[in-house]
Amino acid sequence: MSITTSNRLTKWVSYGVLSLGGIFTLFPFLWMLSTSLKEDQYLLQFPPQWIPNPLNFQNYRDIWELIPLAQGFANSAFISITGTIGVLFASSLAGFAFAKLRFPFRDKLFVVLLATLMIPGAILLVPQFILYRDLDWIGTYNPLIIPSLFGAVYETFFFRQFFRGIPDDLIDSAKIDGASWFTIYLRIIVPLSRPVFATLAVLAFMWRWNDYMGPLIYLQDNNMQTVPVMISTFQSQYITQYGLLMAASVVSILPILVVYIFMQRYFVEGIAMTGLKG
Amino acid sequence: MANPTLTSQTGGQPTKYKRTAWNGMRVREALIGMLFVAPLVIGFVVFQLIPMIQSVGISFTNWDLIGQAKWVGFENYIKALTKDRLVWIAFGNTVYLMVGIPIGMALSMGLAIAMNQKIRGISFFRTIYFLPVVSSVVAMSVLWRWIFNPEYGLINALLKTFGLDGPLWLGSPEWSKPALIIMGIWGGLGFNMLLYLAALQGVPSELKEAATIDGAGAWQRFRYITFPFLTPTTFFILITSIIGTFQVFAQIHLMTRAEGPTSIGGGPQWSTLTTVYYLWLNAFQYYKMGYAAAIGWILGIVMFALTLLQFWVGRRWVFYND
Repeated sequence: MSITTSNRLTKWVSYGVLSLGGIFTLFPFLWMLSTSLKEDQYLLQFPPQWIPNPLNFQNYRDIWELIPLAQGFANSAFISITGTIGVLFASSLAGFAFAKLRFPFRDKLFVVLLATLMIPGAILLVPQFILYRDLDWIGTYNPLIIPSLFGAVYETFFFRQFFRGIPDDLIDSAKIDGASWFTIYLRIIVPLSRPVFATLAVLAFMWRWNDYMGPLIYLQDNNMQTVPVMISTFQSQYITQYGLLMAASVVSILPILVVYIFMQRYFVEGIAMTGLKG
Repeated sequence: MANPTLTSQTGGQPTKYKRTAWNGMRVREALIGMLFVAPLVIGFVVFQLIPMIQSVGISFTNWDLIGQAKWVGFENYIKALTKDRLVWIAFGNTVYLMVGIPIGMALSMGLAIAMNQKIRGISFFRTIYFLPVVSSVVAMSVLWRWIFNPEYGLINALLKTFGLDGPLWLGSPEWSKPALIIMGIWGGLGFNMLLYLAALQGVPSELKEAATIDGAGAWQRFRYITFPFLTPTTFFILITSIIGTFQVFAQIHLMTRAEGPTSIGGGPQWSTLTTVYYLWLNAFQYYKMGYAAAIGWILGIVMFALTLLQFWVGRRWVFYND
């Protein structure tokens, strides 16, 4: 077999593998969309109607009446955005100090903090709930936001990695000009680090937007709930109304899909980063 | 005198700088540095360290959150390990669910190798593979519950077109775990593929070319050149997947509860009970805080030991190209 035939074969096999994987991945989403656009009577048909006929948008109208979705989006957005801004600010400041400022026990402290990433979340579930209960935070957004405002080790690690690559000369010359450390952070470090901020922002936002156990445990009033918990509550009430359930699921993932489509690069980089330590 | 830890960190600083150490500017720098890291340290102490220490104490008590906590010594641990069969069922289920890990790794490795060929349309495929990664696990669980519907769901409808009668999936103690495994493979494919792709891009093409010239076939090139470069990633995915399997919660909560507020999930016949789900049931449905904390510590120790074991085993077969 000549090199070119072998190359062509590799190419077609690759396309075959990628297409099979693509169909496997995409098919459930298409099924979700198709179900959401069907009238109930067509759901229980064999063979199934792949393309809904007639197209029925009633489910998309009804879910807004049945679920306080608009409120849910506002709640989710509030928690995710404040948490993301908080965690990025605190973590980047800490990452800056760990990368560029000199203080006693700096590197030892950093190693200790890194080791805490190995603490399994299962250990913290019960005592954190008790802590928030003692603080009278249950039923408020505090448990979902305030810990983020102190920063997170994970984000700090990636900020530190990135900031170490910024030349010291830039910082030294700013110091000679009399700039304070916070000014250096704001005017030199942040503008030079936009990609790492964007990458960590989409990750931090996605985790908070999709979180399920946190809001489930700490929030009580359904009108204060995030979109995922509202969908879950709705499912337990309308467990066999698949048209409505699929419409609600489609609407619930749309915002993050839009962010994903427009900021795909940052998602891909961010998710690749989570595996970097391997 | 310069603090030795400081000079060793700054490494390449000129000697002149060392002599002027601890002047006003250096003190100021150290104070501001500590100020900048203070929130992170305080947050760790308040939200993790203190709760962690407290949970040791809680695990030695019986406590329903309302009344007085009663000291019971090691009773919770003894009960969990020797008397409560659900703890062992949950561990067994988790081990069963791990069957999906090597299957998912092989599939995502195959996809990554295909993605690594120089062909067009890669970004299109990548966009698709990532959809499950960015979508919320809640929406995906609601979707898969419908896909696994025994009568009208996607999978059994497809099986029926081939004349096959599909199983009850989530309704059957035998098929509920395979159902979760299928969903898990589907959900993790894009993420693992991306990690493998990053590793593949680190394989030096000279090595493969040299091997081709020496007459190595495609399989030999994969087995002896490409695969060693993929072992660190394989190892990483293995550890994180095992730890993740113990902690499956949302899928169980959304896919295994029957209609009605009294259904607690994990069924049928506890066939989908995972350890974190059982922890959650004890803590937030039965209000057995002490028992839940003890389960948390048992699980935490198991996960920690697994990680250490994996690192130890990993040293023998993982190839690091440093």
